[in-house]
Amino acid sequence: MKSLEELLAIKEKAQAQLAARDAEGNDGIRVVVGMATCGIAAGARPVLKALVDEVAKRNVQHVSVTQTGCIGMCQYEPIVEVFEPGKEKVTYVQMTAEKAQKVVAEHLVNGKPVVEYTVGAITK
Amino acid sequence: MRELSLNILDIAQNSIVAGATLTEIVVNENTKENTLLIGIYDNGCGMTAEQVRNVIDPFFTTRTTRKVGMGIPLFKMAAEQTGGSFKIESEKGVGTKIEALFKTDNIDFTPLGDIASTIVTIVSMNNDKEFLYKRVLDDNEFVFSTVEIKKILDGVPLSEPSVMSWIEQYLNEQYNELLKG
Repeated sequence: MKSLEELLAIKEKAQAQLAARDAEGNDGIRVVVGMATCGIAAGARPVLKALVDEVAKRNVQHVSVTQTGCIGMCQYEPIVEVFEPGKEKVTYVQMTAEKAQKVVAEHLVNGKPVVEYTVGAITK
Repeated sequence: MRELSLNILDIAQNSIVAGATLTEIVVNENTKENTLLIGIYDNGCGMTAEQVRNVIDPFFTTRTTRKVGMGIPLFKMAAEQTGGSFKIESEKGVGTKIEALFKTDNIDFTPLGDIASTIVTIVSMNNDKEFLYKRVLDDNEFVFSTVEIKKILDGVPLSEPSVMSWIEQYLNEQYNELLKG
């Protein structure tokens, strides 16, 4: 059973990690998932979960995953936008949990956007 | 929506946009009556009577009420198609109460789905807001309160992956306890 004592232990560990992260400074990549009615209906919740899980699993620093409302291209939901300082925004469309994992590995870790999933490639 | 928990995720978002600092989500299953009641109650900015009429009409939505859009009509339809009912009450400056009653033995009943994942998504993405999630199964219930959890976490955000994972497993385990009766 999950206990509150266990949560306390998780807190202690997380606090140490957060302090280390703050010390390094954070000017990182922002990953945003569209979570309006359209996005949720199209499957945004598992995409968001896959992004968070994969970023945590690979221990990728300087990446924050957040949600936003309707991005405005409902037919291409679930949509994920990647904002990297100093670079052009990358918009991924019709995402799935599997595609999200690949985006974390190739784009967020290795710095190479997965072109085939981007809005430019799919709306051609 | 393929799961009612996705409707909950969607509707709770309206409470956030409405500036609610505390949103209560109740999922109440009654296996004898074959009913499922989903309640979402917030202390957000509320709506006027006219706005309430508008949000339940998908074709009346304008850009200014776009924060609501199709969400409420879809949720209302999901309840009514089971022979259940839907209620929305709101008061400007006080908050909004939404209740949807489902008949679980109806063929058009949409499964609740992964509610734990939905709750985790809501609370972790809105760390500055408080939520109370109450799950009732017949005569038993459990309550998950972000206020209580944050006391333990002492500043560690709910969006911390290890915390998210703990919450999800905790909610699933608590529900399994309810199933044991």
